[in-house]
Amino acid sequence: MKSLLKKSSRLAVAAVFVLAACSQKSPVVSTAQAQLINGAGSSFDNPAFMLWKESYAKINPDAQINYQSVGSGAGIKQLLAQTVDFGASDAPMTDEQLSKASGKILHIPVVAGAVAITYNLPGDLKLKFDGPTLASIYLGEITKWNDPKIAALNSGVELPDTSIIVVHRSDASGTTFIFTDYLSAVSHDWATKAGKNTSVNWPTGVGGKGSEGVSGQVKQLPGSVGYVELAYATQNKMPVAELKNAEGKFVSPSPESVSKAMSTATIPDDFRFSMVNAPGDESYPIAGASWALLYQKQANARKGKAVVGFLKWCVTEGQKLSPKLDYAPLPDSVQQRAAKALDTVTY
Amino acid sequence: MASEIASVPVSRAPDSTGVHSGSRWADRGFRLICLAAALSVGLLLVLVLLELIKGSHMAVAKFGWKFLVSRVWDQNTDQYGALAYIYGTVVSSIIALLIAVPLSVGTAIYLTDLAPTWLRQPLTSMIEMLAAVPSVIWGLWGIFVLVPVLRVHVYPFLQKWFGFLPLFQGPIYGVGLLTAGIIVAIMILPIVTSVSREVLRSVPNLQREAAYALGATRWEVTRIAVLSYARRGLFGAAVLGLGRALGETMAVTMLIGNAPYIGLSLFHPADTLASVIANQFGEASDLFLASLFALGLVLLGITVFINILAQIMIHTFTTKETRRVA
Repeated sequence: MKSLLKKSSRLAVAAVFVLAACSQKSPVVSTAQAQLINGAGSSFDNPAFMLWKESYAKINPDAQINYQSVGSGAGIKQLLAQTVDFGASDAPMTDEQLSKASGKILHIPVVAGAVAITYNLPGDLKLKFDGPTLASIYLGEITKWNDPKIAALNSGVELPDTSIIVVHRSDASGTTFIFTDYLSAVSHDWATKAGKNTSVNWPTGVGGKGSEGVSGQVKQLPGSVGYVELAYATQNKMPVAELKNAEGKFVSPSPESVSKAMSTATIPDDFRFSMVNAPGDESYPIAGASWALLYQKQANARKGKAVVGFLKWCVTEGQKLSPKLDYAPLPDSVQQRAAKALDTVTY
Repeated sequence: MASEIASVPVSRAPDSTGVHSGSRWADRGFRLICLAAALSVGLLLVLVLLELIKGSHMAVAKFGWKFLVSRVWDQNTDQYGALAYIYGTVVSSIIALLIAVPLSVGTAIYLTDLAPTWLRQPLTSMIEMLAAVPSVIWGLWGIFVLVPVLRVHVYPFLQKWFGFLPLFQGPIYGVGLLTAGIIVAIMILPIVTSVSREVLRSVPNLQREAAYALGATRWEVTRIAVLSYARRGLFGAAVLGLGRALGETMAVTMLIGNAPYIGLSLFHPADTLASVIANQFGEASDLFLASLFALGLVLLGITVFINILAQIMIHTFTTKETRRVA
């Protein structure tokens, strides 16, 4: 009797597990046509893809999009290894990387954003910087907040006599690429000593992991300065500096000033461009685009159509949602060109 | 009912003499499975080593032994060297040891000799709870609680009173070598305490009684009879703690400041082997990736060596005089 009870209770437990496992396997979508799309890459785009995922699912419930924010470099690697359907990167792929691909890869710009300079100083100070000064700070040449070069740009502001603590990224990142691209463009010293890359040999400063790490460090360390993607600064209610652009005007980072920068940038047909220090009175100088990457020849027709459908939506309808996340929507001309580029995809 | 009992599988350890051919196979199978499990652990270590050697081949071929002494780590010029990270790893681990070992040994002495019996188990459990806290939680706690306290109160105090030492000179960032050392000390406390406790417990009571008989005070008994006897085992416990400290990743990477540094200021940000691998791995490729693998090889080499050393020391101590259940 006892063994029968034991045996049947064991069976019952096993049955419960099997049923639970079965119920997990059944797809969330009721139709059997659910198409799973995998993307991976830049953390700069991550907020955008998360929002687009949800919104796209409402109008097209058959597509299930999965995006992993593993960093631009890892995204490119996975695309080259064909373990994901599309990648996302803040730095356009180099010729060397493209030569390793098994087919032609298209760059589709999906967002443009600003890299904001944030700082931690007592009192509600509004600071202004220009390129060479910023480069000197990050080279470790300017070490105090009340240095004459900073004071010259900020007349009327009471700058404290404290040391500047420079904060940068400890991990490789597209945000760093855009920032160092800008510093290399405005400072010959920087271009030779550190250069532009997703990760450089920082002459000075403390590292934080991710934009969250940098904003966390800046918030904690009085007298610190750091660079973060604009959304992190606004969400953490941290002050951002105005930057002197190529025309000599001081501009705040915002979706509008980034759009202005993008509209004046020359965009070649393959969409690999840089828009730092863009011309235009209202352009913000440290701005960059982020691209979705996919093969022009899609191996699987059904999946390929789903990926193209999603990306087309992102570059057109999805752009209406960008300002919510402090990204700049792509100008109309760029949207049309991007959609046309997606039309060239074969299956 | 009866048929059910008869159909129960025979792989249960027979309480009869088990002459069923079925049970012999079952026994053999059981032994093989256990052997496979044990071997697989060793195999895993070998596979890790092979993978590291394979992955780091490009870097080792290009830099050779100079990799270990070069300070440069530049992605733009593709020059890599491990010295700054070896320095950060070793210094933060030594700081952790210097803080943790006296605390641990003191705790172990208290738990074995001085504490009232009713207190021993609860206190031991509490210390073991420290080991249960995940590394990343220590990192978060460090950032939000420890760093502000250190930066505002402790470090300026150290700089004011001990600033003549180059160790306490230089700007105070909050994060840095000393902060990372402190958090790693907290993390290795449980293991060093528990091994020290085992070591001290295996000191035969005869030693203590003899010291008491000669008229020694409590402290003298501890110092003469227990500590000097257990010296080697305690050293082994410290070395085991060092092995753990060398490999700590998450908490360290959040608190060490991530800047390659070789110098004397303990307040300065630095970087460790584990931390730089964790930070840079995701985006690395080609020579950069191979160099990260090479760093991993260096770290594995140091850690394995230290751990083996510790195991030998503890083993020769605890099984010398007493028969202890492992």
